[in-house]
Amino acid sequence: MLQKINGRPSRACMRLADAAYPSPFAHTLEYSSPARGTWNIVHTGMLVPESHQIYICASGCLRGVVLTAAEMGAMDRFSSLEVREKDLVDVDNERFLIDGISDIVDRLPRRPRAILVFPACVHHFLGVNFRYVYDQLRAKYPDIDWIPCMMDPIRQTRSLTPEQRERREIYRQLRPLPHEEKACNILGSNLPTDPESDLLRLLTDNGWTVRDLTTCQTYDDFLAMAKGQFNIWYNTFTAPAAKECQERLQQDSLHIPQLWGYDEIADGLNRVADRISVPHPDWRPRIAACELALDALHELIGGTPIAIDMSFVFHPFSLARLLLTHGFHVTQLFTDVIFPEDESDFRWVQAHYGDIELWSTKNADMRLMDRQSHAGKVLALGQKAAYFNDTPYFVNFIEGGGLFAYEGIIRLAHLMSEAFLIPKDTRTLVLQKGWGGPCCLC
Amino acid sequence: MLNQTARIISTYSADTFGVCSALFELGGMVVIHDPSGCNSTYTTHDEPRWYDHDSMIYVSALNEQNAILGNDERLLAETIETVRQQQPAFVCLIASQIPFMIGTDMQALARIIAQKTGVPAFTLPTNNMHYYAQGAWYAFRHLAEHITRASKGQEAFWAKDYANWQPTQAPKDGQLRLNLLGVTPQDFSINGSDTSLRQWAEEHDFYVQSCWAMGSSLAEIEHSTTADVNLVLSYGGLGAAAVMAQACGIPYVVGVPIGAMREVLAQNVQQATDKHGSSPVCQETTPSAPDGSPFPKGTASGYTTYLRHDAPSPCLHNYASACQGASASLLIGESVYAQSLARALESATGQHYRVIVPMETDDALLLPDTLRVTDEVDLEPLFQHAGTIIGDPMYAPIMPKSARFVSLPHEGFSGRLYEHQIPDLIAPHCFVQFVTQL
Repeated sequence: MLQKINGRPSRACMRLADAAYPSPFAHTLEYSSPARGTWNIVHTGMLVPESHQIYICASGCLRGVVLTAAEMGAMDRFSSLEVREKDLVDVDNERFLIDGISDIVDRLPRRPRAILVFPACVHHFLGVNFRYVYDQLRAKYPDIDWIPCMMDPIRQTRSLTPEQRERREIYRQLRPLPHEEKACNILGSNLPTDPESDLLRLLTDNGWTVRDLTTCQTYDDFLAMAKGQFNIWYNTFTAPAAKECQERLQQDSLHIPQLWGYDEIADGLNRVADRISVPHPDWRPRIAACELALDALHELIGGTPIAIDMSFVFHPFSLARLLLTHGFHVTQLFTDVIFPEDESDFRWVQAHYGDIELWSTKNADMRLMDRQSHAGKVLALGQKAAYFNDTPYFVNFIEGGGLFAYEGIIRLAHLMSEAFLIPKDTRTLVLQKGWGGPCCLC
Repeated sequence: MLNQTARIISTYSADTFGVCSALFELGGMVVIHDPSGCNSTYTTHDEPRWYDHDSMIYVSALNEQNAILGNDERLLAETIETVRQQQPAFVCLIASQIPFMIGTDMQALARIIAQKTGVPAFTLPTNNMHYYAQGAWYAFRHLAEHITRASKGQEAFWAKDYANWQPTQAPKDGQLRLNLLGVTPQDFSINGSDTSLRQWAEEHDFYVQSCWAMGSSLAEIEHSTTADVNLVLSYGGLGAAAVMAQACGIPYVVGVPIGAMREVLAQNVQQATDKHGSSPVCQETTPSAPDGSPFPKGTASGYTTYLRHDAPSPCLHNYASACQGASASLLIGESVYAQSLARALESATGQHYRVIVPMETDDALLLPDTLRVTDEVDLEPLFQHAGTIIGDPMYAPIMPKSARFVSLPHEGFSGRLYEHQIPDLIAPHCFVQFVTQL
């Protein structure tokens, strides 16, 4: 049921049939839901072993990143330089950055192998010469890899987002190395890919070494990613990094989207098989296993309404299509944008299930959403879907949770069964930042 | 070592978030004019009420093109549309550093919003580069200016239920009516401190007219000019108290009723009314003089505050000598809360605590040996000579091993990280328990 606020239709909800691709909702003032499991640039930066992060910005901007690090228990890998009013008018900001960063480095108890530096929006407006700053820092501290990131959300609609830039700059630290005969990487992910996934099994069963920043223990482990022949990526922020690695390190870029349809999965895996020069495996037994898992799930949950949000998987329409074609009752999708990889599934679901409710996650009207309006049990896939439905029955992960391909479907079916049967403490779980990472909140 | 660097400690919550926190429960809409991130930072780390209570706090998602071209149309259109949709009691439009830097005319935008929607709209001079206490000060002061004007018929009250509002319990005849000013979770968390404040008032037969701003509706607050005394519980409430003192003749007392301060403040509240009578009347307001500085100046009112040198003290102490020597005890925190606690601890233990205030406050509030120090580079040497340090756990990494550290988490510094460990020191048994740790 579409909701009203003060007698007016909510601007945050529409029938899927009425949605336009790729941005269904008009821009409004933005609301921020309490569901916090998604990763931010601090979480991602912490994946770089033996690294340190330095943020340079106003207290309002610092606050979020400082406390992200604190909640990770990683304040010993985080420092800041606070921009104050006077710095906007009468300060040599290049000198301020160089001296401030140097001061921090000199006071660190041990020298990091790499430092991710994050100036902010305000530095663009001040016209800071970053090239000069990094030249000076590299000359002064040649033993440190300086990773020039930005926390500049003001530019994200027309430039690289901070997340895209961070990934590109992290992987720019890889120096060219001879490629190993059977080595490749998974690039740009926040979460490790399930080692039992069909993707990793295909590679490892054929003798390939797969490196992934999420599993690197040392900075040298990370640098060894330069030995990979190709990069597989499915995190949607990774394209610029993959492109840069392709051009500079001659590592082929294999974009294998995290899709949920059997044919699309097979297509992606077969592309990997082609790249490592092995015959296409017979995927039919794996598909049969998926069918069994989905049948069992359906027997359990039947027509229970299912809500899916965009933080749960990268391509929620692909997942919705899988579930709808197996008789599940998907009633709500929460997303503000549809990625190109999801377009065909979006159009298919729109054409066949146009009555599904499409909800924004950040439209201002979401603040006044009636979260208890639904009757009966809702099974939510994702933290935002859980919060907006005020349901304790939800699968709690983000970005696919490391699940991938057919094994991902089987495991998801298991997790959905578990979520359906065992209620969770939604409030406690969704308030934690950076699902899957360290968290000191208790 | 360079000022403004923090190798390992946190940063205090920002002025924008102080505004949001102050106005959170009042049914208004706060729009932070900022690219992104401000809203999620505030709602994650600085607003423990966000999950359970609806409050219309949004961010404009300013982009580079509109900033460079000075295009405010999108902000206006989206705010006006949302105001019409959600019908808040008022609109507060505040700037982060980019609108501040490019000189966005926030006052003009607020006026346009008010004209187009009929909903009162205003702005406050935030820029994300000051701390939360300053933001709360702006917000409460503006609220007080509005209320004093409205009470004199110079403008309409904002609460839709103002005329029909009735207190759940009326004051008894002759009962002294008290406003509690400057109460937000950033200083008082959501650990029951607001309830303990009310209990303290009740124990001393004071009637709580309103609490700015936890647990009181906008209508309740708009009726607060009938109070006899204002109790300022943080620097954030001081500007409002000064406005109401000037315009309505309501005297104010500053302090938090912790330990021995409970009786001291009760006496001071009583004395304030004895001195000034118990029937304050709102008078013609003298407009506050904009001096170009975001900081308040010269707010000393001449009314009794416990912090003045001649105020009653729970124990006599020679401040000048007590803070010397290697075993000095330090207490770091918000000016009113920390100094109240220091006084209470002195009374309970006989030990002097020197207070360090790292965020904005008014010099008139400070005890003779209180220090205003913010940066890690300045704090570290101070800590080196301390025997005991009471402060937020996020200061611990820069404390010397020789010092005894007593944890006192502060939501305005460490956010929600230790929120379950923040004691309600206004409750007598919690204070006693805290003293036993020393």
